[in-house]
Amino acid sequence: MDTIKADLLMSLPEITVLSMAMVVLIIDLFLNKKNRLVIYGLAQVTLFVAAYLVWGSHTTTVDYAYSGMFVDDPLSEILKLATLIGAAIMLVYTRHYMMLRNMFSGEYYALLLFATAGMMVMISGHNMLSIYVGLELLSLCIYAMVALDRDNPKATEAAMKYFVLGALASGMLLYGMSMIYGVTGSLDISVIAQRLHDSALINPDFVKNPVLVLGLVFIVAGLAFKFGAVPFHMWAPDVYQGSPTGITILIGSIPKFAGFAMAIRLLTTGLDALVLDWQNMLLIMAVLSIAIGNITAIAQTNLKRMLAYSTISHIGFLLLGLMSGTLNGYASSMVYVMAYVLMALAGFGVILMLSRKGFEAEQLDDLKGLNQRSPWAAFLMLITMFSMAGVPPTLGFYAKFSVLQAALQAGFVWIVVFAVLMAVVGAFYYLRIIKLMYFDEPLDDAVIDAPLDMRMVLSLNALALLGIGLMPQGLLELCGRTIYASLH
Amino acid sequence: MLANYTLSLSIWVPILAGLLVLAAGNDSRASMTRWLALLGGIAGFLVTLPLYFQFNIAEGGFQFQEATYWIPAFQIYYHLGVDGISVPLILLTSFTTVICIIASWEVIKKSIAQYMACFLIMSGLMIGVFSALDSILYYVFWESMLIPMFLVIGKWGGQNRVYATIKFFLYTLLGSLLMLVAFIYLFHKTGSFNIVKYHDVVLPLNVQIFIFIAFFMAFAVKIPMWPLHTWLPDAHVEAPTAGSVVLAAVMLKLGGYSFLRFAMPIAPDASHYLSGYMIALSLIAILYIALVALVQKDMKKLIAYSSISHMGFVTLGFFLFSQLGLEGAIVQMISHGFISAAMFLCVGVLYDRMHSREIASYGGVANTMPVFAAFAVFFAMANSGLPGTSGFVGEFMVILASVEYDFWVAFIAATTLIFGASYTLWMVKRVFYGEAANKKVAALKDLTRREFAMLGVLAALTLGIGVYPQVITGMTQATSERFLNHMTTSKLPSVGM
Repeated sequence: MDTIKADLLMSLPEITVLSMAMVVLIIDLFLNKKNRLVIYGLAQVTLFVAAYLVWGSHTTTVDYAYSGMFVDDPLSEILKLATLIGAAIMLVYTRHYMMLRNMFSGEYYALLLFATAGMMVMISGHNMLSIYVGLELLSLCIYAMVALDRDNPKATEAAMKYFVLGALASGMLLYGMSMIYGVTGSLDISVIAQRLHDSALINPDFVKNPVLVLGLVFIVAGLAFKFGAVPFHMWAPDVYQGSPTGITILIGSIPKFAGFAMAIRLLTTGLDALVLDWQNMLLIMAVLSIAIGNITAIAQTNLKRMLAYSTISHIGFLLLGLMSGTLNGYASSMVYVMAYVLMALAGFGVILMLSRKGFEAEQLDDLKGLNQRSPWAAFLMLITMFSMAGVPPTLGFYAKFSVLQAALQAGFVWIVVFAVLMAVVGAFYYLRIIKLMYFDEPLDDAVIDAPLDMRMVLSLNALALLGIGLMPQGLLELCGRTIYASLH
Repeated sequence: MLANYTLSLSIWVPILAGLLVLAAGNDSRASMTRWLALLGGIAGFLVTLPLYFQFNIAEGGFQFQEATYWIPAFQIYYHLGVDGISVPLILLTSFTTVICIIASWEVIKKSIAQYMACFLIMSGLMIGVFSALDSILYYVFWESMLIPMFLVIGKWGGQNRVYATIKFFLYTLLGSLLMLVAFIYLFHKTGSFNIVKYHDVVLPLNVQIFIFIAFFMAFAVKIPMWPLHTWLPDAHVEAPTAGSVVLAAVMLKLGGYSFLRFAMPIAPDASHYLSGYMIALSLIAILYIALVALVQKDMKKLIAYSSISHMGFVTLGFFLFSQLGLEGAIVQMISHGFISAAMFLCVGVLYDRMHSREIASYGGVANTMPVFAAFAVFFAMANSGLPGTSGFVGEFMVILASVEYDFWVAFIAATTLIFGASYTLWMVKRVFYGEAANKKVAALKDLTRREFAMLGVLAALTLGIGVYPQVITGMTQATSERFLNHMTTSKLPSVGM
């Protein structure tokens, strides 16, 4: 009886989010259109309560619940906290946008809460099954959200494409998991790691078992798809472009936390014995992602599409840290994912702010002369773009810096030189956005009106990129400590 | 020892002043914005003065040191300190900023606050580069500095400004990122980002060569050395006058300074090993770029090429590894800072009146602007190395040092005295002498008091250093002795280790 109680307590944040999602669904039935703000408030409160619960149960130890299906370690706590805060920020940014487009509905908030619960389960999943269930919960919600604007053929097409490819990737992931299960006889991450380790001690050639390696290939492929790493990236530009911007901001930001957690659990914990195999796979994907992401982004004229390619290149850098195969490398990846999500939220936040009724800020040209229309918005975007380009004194620099030092420490000198050269290529298209905002004349002079709360949160978000960039110690230490405490 | 915050003040006073101008300034309150910026600039200059007066010239090491933990996760410190090489350059920077603000007084009419703030912030960041003793701190200053310059050229520049500013940014970024890789590599070797520790790390020759090349990419772009110079003429031509002044007077010096701070002391054996190539590149810059300058039709482009040619003397002086050459190179850096700034200001004076930089659209300016013509001819003489001006001192010292090294090197370097004189004086002849070329020239008005003041101060400094170069060499002597001493000590791992 006590263990059940302990289990329930440990997963209280997840339970809260999940039950509130259902409450939101039900309450929505009894509200007329005018009172929808209640739903918004409810969703925000839920996120904050869940964040408070995560914060309150903060430990430095690694605990398991539900017979090892669920883990509560510093890594999961920090990532969940980041996810919840990210989701709350995102809700602030999208409220106005959704209202103007008739998408301010109960479904949006219920789906978002379900997706958040999915991400939290993924982050805490310590069994291939629970990870998979979390992933599917997240994915299914996002497919539906992309299609939320159902009369928009582009959004429908994007949803369809995302769904078909996403289902395929989930299938691959599941297939890979089944192979690993076949070899090790368990779905539990720790047990898999232990068995592989023991078998490798008896027979060093055990890790070369073709079924095991094939299973790894499928798992890596599934992961790469969810991340959007080259060569599994083709869905990203279309989905980013086709989805309403209020959904793109979701796809492009917080799920990367969950993806990062999944990679840590599956690869670095569970399949640690196969590090030499997945290191090479990640290396190739990282190099390709950085190259193709940065080079293709130059040719884009659509802002959201360009940011999709920019995401791909950021994922490449993130994989570069994971690929190092050291705790230092994982910590640097965590810094990168934190920085990336903060930058993505700010970038899409500005785009959302520029959109108004009947007008989507989608093309690069829509940013023209922003400095004359609104110097403050232009300044926030300026910080975000320099941060994405990795120019100090912004956070993006320290993200790139920590990943590069980890890869260099692991001995990948030429890969680092290559990544650095590609970062210069990447700087070009970020600079082009600054050029459009500061050096060109505006095409229209519509007043930028955004609610006060959005302006404030967006300002804080973008200024945080500068502030943490000036004093990065807190974030670097947090990530380092978390990784060491969770994986040591 | 009592804590001394002179360096922190030198960095942060202009930056904070810049932020204040940004917050308080506005185009509708243009005059207040300008005065506020000028006050900020002067305050920034005043706080750097103690560096000169309290500097102990007998001491070759780092002074005014400050160190606090900044990012313990990577052993990164907020570590500042200056030696005899950096102090003159810091003063040059804060002084140039004041000149820049005065130079832009009436010219800039849109977004004045943003413009002035860019220069003030840039000034603080450049001083940061000259005084950082932690390589990541240095790197942060070095890269952040690009942001305001990028905006200055791109927003207030000429016709083709976007091309020029993006080229400028990407060229510099490419080099700097390779330098960052070198820093991280050295971090894993030494466990620290401390520059002074880097100076003592033992490295095999092949590693030294790689590190030297990584640094070379960063600094050679900045100086710039042939063949990495192509961004400079574009950036200069498109930048507003004050932007060109900062670029020529200070930014190019960052490259030279960094060679002395990083590339050479960290990889001394590679520096000796590759010195032949470096001298060759310097000579190409001196000779070939001087010839390129000769055929320019645009005044700013001509001065830009002349800058590259003069900076060739700086790198030549460095890689001769002699006291005379090194001090000559440092004097040349400072003197070029004043002279090139003055030359660009002169072009600015004409451009503000005529809106043309083409040599062909002028002629006979001396008839209508006699006072200005006197200044311009003086600076042109200084630029071509007339004895008695600072331009002569540096070049002469480097040429003397190169005679000791090799006669033919000295011979080629000395040709600049001919070519430098020909392109500068030929331009002066075409622009200033003869009959007034057209009605516009005939209607020109002579210098305003503001313009007279800024050119007058620069002329006095050029003359002062020319007559009494000990102002600079006195400061740098102990440091350069120490530096050369360090350069003769091999850092190769000893056999059997």
